[in-house]
Amino acid sequence: MIVEQNPIRDKIMAEKTNDSKYVVSVKDLTKKFGSFTAVNKISFDVTKGEIFGFLGANGAGKTTAIKMLIGLSKPSSGTAIVAGYDVIKNPEKVKYKIGYMSQKFSLYDDLKVFENIRLYAGIYGIPSKEIKSKINNLIEELGMEDMRNKLVGDLPLGWKQKLAFAVAMVHDPPIVFLDEPTSGVDPITRRQFWEMIYKASEKGITVFITTHYLDEAEYCTRASIMVDGVIEALDTPTKLKENLGVKSMQEVFVKLARG
Amino acid sequence: MKAFWAFIKKEYYHIIRDPRSLLILIGMPIVQVILFGFAITNEIVDAKISILDKSKDQLTQEISNKILSTKYFLLSEYLESAKQIEGSFRKGKIKLALVFEENFAEKFNRKERPSIQIITDATDPNTAATLTNYINKILLDYQNEISISTIAPKGIEVITRMEYNPQLKGVYLFVPGTIVIILMLISAMMTSISIAREKEKGTMEVLLVSPLKPFMIIAGKVIPYIALSLINAFTILLLGVFVFGLPIRGDYFLLLFEITLFIITSLSLGIFISTLVKTQQEALLISLMGLMLPTIILSGFIYPIESMPRILQYISHVIPAKWFLIMIRNIMIKGVEISYILKETLILLGMTLVLMVLSVKKFKIRLE
Repeated sequence: MIVEQNPIRDKIMAEKTNDSKYVVSVKDLTKKFGSFTAVNKISFDVTKGEIFGFLGANGAGKTTAIKMLIGLSKPSSGTAIVAGYDVIKNPEKVKYKIGYMSQKFSLYDDLKVFENIRLYAGIYGIPSKEIKSKINNLIEELGMEDMRNKLVGDLPLGWKQKLAFAVAMVHDPPIVFLDEPTSGVDPITRRQFWEMIYKASEKGITVFITTHYLDEAEYCTRASIMVDGVIEALDTPTKLKENLGVKSMQEVFVKLARG
Repeated sequence: MKAFWAFIKKEYYHIIRDPRSLLILIGMPIVQVILFGFAITNEIVDAKISILDKSKDQLTQEISNKILSTKYFLLSEYLESAKQIEGSFRKGKIKLALVFEENFAEKFNRKERPSIQIITDATDPNTAATLTNYINKILLDYQNEISISTIAPKGIEVITRMEYNPQLKGVYLFVPGTIVIILMLISAMMTSISIAREKEKGTMEVLLVSPLKPFMIIAGKVIPYIALSLINAFTILLLGVFVFGLPIRGDYFLLLFEITLFIITSLSLGIFISTLVKTQQEALLISLMGLMLPTIILSGFIYPIESMPRILQYISHVIPAKWFLIMIRNIMIKGVEISYILKETLILLGMTLVLMVLSVKKFKIRLE
């Protein structure tokens, strides 16, 4: 028989995350590849329940930065506290506390909808009894009752994306990282997806999102713009526009990125 | 542990829901054994021959009958003149022609050593050599038979005995060989492809962000293939024993142990390949070109290593299949104990260790 207990998970989930109002707290975070500095001493904080936009041109270092925050890459120096744990000292604990959705959606095409949910629930150590109700709740919330037994490979892209987002939060993490979650999706689906993001944010889940679409940056609570490995600006979209005297995030971006 | 179990279950679904790979996994071993079993055989049966008998006496008749009564030769025709021989060969009618000289019996009785000429079609040298050997053997037997009744021959008598495989059966060669290829295919190629698929589809990234330890991810991917490989090894052995009459003279547990060891070696090869590639296609290409071909050619499965150029012999040392083949043949056909194949076992163990260490290192670099 499989032992139902998962002491590590139970302990981590039970531990009170420190009372800091920040879910992500980054200080002087740096990543060097040889002589090249991909991320150069960035510092910022993300407040609980925020939708934090992480913008930047290709090669500006945002992927490297996000990889350090989710434990896929070791920082060269600096500190990063994510969901109450230091990513350098306690990377394993951080993993239980974060959700992650990549731009490829990362579902298994040859598994059915409920099997995908069950797999990730199992990987995150959710007890079997809870998994069943979890699957049902999730499928109901997504309105995918009639697709429950369909292979994910047969789903339209929009549904896959929604499912991937829900699966990324299957273990109720306080923060979810979305790496270009809307690339290659049509405007209507993108809109629906943002509604899901808002819902998650209302529930108190912090959303950390990178995107190429600058109109999406307008929906963020706050947005940071990374240029050449440093954070060039960080504020609410309204303030960012005001400070530069422009009308759209698009213009903000172009002004900052061009230098 | 529960997370691990969920992960293995998923791998199982991957395998059974992909009809193509399922076909390769289940059908391939059977098809290969049967193909190799009937196609690759050193035994030649019913080779057509022509006989030019210039003497036409009782003795040549007796020898001809003796040769034609074996299962190896069939008479195409009796020729009348030496000119016809060339024609028969050109038309591809015959593989071998036998020429008895004139006054054969007469010379024999006068103890003058009459001669028989054997002409073969050496466009296929192996067949030609084998057929010549058959004829020589038959003639020798015949000579011994009649010399007992006449006078004992002087000189050195050579007694040849083909130990362990007296009938020189091909199965002894190809069943172990097929096991090697199938295990390589499933363990190394399929695992490298399946890990590469996770990378290609981006799911590997998500798994690495999850609390699953990298080691668990790899183990979870590999375990279903260990099971499959063992099942296939069994199938091939059963087919070998019951369809082709192959003996298993050695210890079953030793055989199982060595097979498992080779499976793990192949898996580590597969894992290592997967750390080098980014896509399934790359994994497939490297596995096929870098693994399957050298395995088939340099493992001694089809071509004897001893007759290869020195340089290829050295290269063959790094091919795990070579060592495994030596072991499995020794266990099955000779029935040796572990002490006789300790060297080979240790070599495979060493290779596995090196591959695993390399893979772990590579895997870590990826994460940095």
